[in-house]
Amino acid sequence: MKAVVNVFLKEGVLDPQGKAARHALGSLGFNGVKEVRIGKQIVINLDATSKADALKEVEQMSETLLANTVIEDYTIEIVE
Amino acid sequence: MKRAVVLRFPGTNCEFDTDYALEKLGFSVDIVWHKEEKLPECDLVVVPGGFSYGDYLRSGSIARFAPIMKAVTEFANRGGYVLGICNGFQILTEAGLLPGALKRNNSLHFISKFQHIKIVNSDNKFLQNCKVGDILNIPVAHADGNYYIDDEGLAKLKENNQILIRYCDENGDRVVLNGSVESIGGVCNESKNVFGLMPHPERAIELALGSIDGIKMLEGLRT
Repeated sequence: MKAVVNVFLKEGVLDPQGKAARHALGSLGFNGVKEVRIGKQIVINLDATSKADALKEVEQMSETLLANTVIEDYTIEIVE
Repeated sequence: MKRAVVLRFPGTNCEFDTDYALEKLGFSVDIVWHKEEKLPECDLVVVPGGFSYGDYLRSGSIARFAPIMKAVTEFANRGGYVLGICNGFQILTEAGLLPGALKRNNSLHFISKFQHIKIVNSDNKFLQNCKVGDILNIPVAHADGNYYIDDEGLAKLKENNQILIRYCDENGDRVVLNGSVESIGGVCNESKNVFGLMPHPERAIELALGSIDGIKMLEGLRT
């Protein structure tokens, strides 16, 4: 089974990389860009008997290691 | 003689400087590999600077699960003194031994220079020989030193005197170094036996290196 975890800085936590990218886009002429947030995508192949089991396990992985919930939020998608 | 343990992870690079500085402060030092599960008898554990696990995922996020960290957590929970410098600070926040988190510097640059810092609170073992308001000149060298804590956490830090140092100029006025909330450079835990900071006191211990403020700063550990 395959899980896709997206990790982003929480709303309200300034994202310095996103801010730099927004400025760069502005100087390239993309004037409508209001905000850019840069995160990480983590793709995990795992053995699991059901989607529900996979989700539960990847949630645990995210809470323990993949995201630092002091500053980051995450979403999980079980793809197949 | 007092005994200190300096941890070493793959990618740690400040363990020998830290060892040297601690010997100057009167400690005998053991450098302990991260795969060990037990700490030798000691009065102080130092998590030194470097790039443990290449800073993969987030600085300190993988090192904090090393076998030795379980022993360090138990040591800290028993009241043992733990000092985290730079990557060590990152590891201690990731491990939940210190509040907050360290993000990428707001400039996105690696910052490496001498930096003035101000002692904000000294009612703890580590800084007991400093006075509140003392200004020290200590090198910083980091990419992820941008300290973040939410408003509620910040209020708690203030209430309990847990903000130990702030970045400042030579006159003691606050400066923005890396984007840290309120220019915070170092904090301790609630019971004041765990201290983490981004600056490197172990690099300011010989006049030939430009400053001995690091010794001045940590002199309190001698007693």
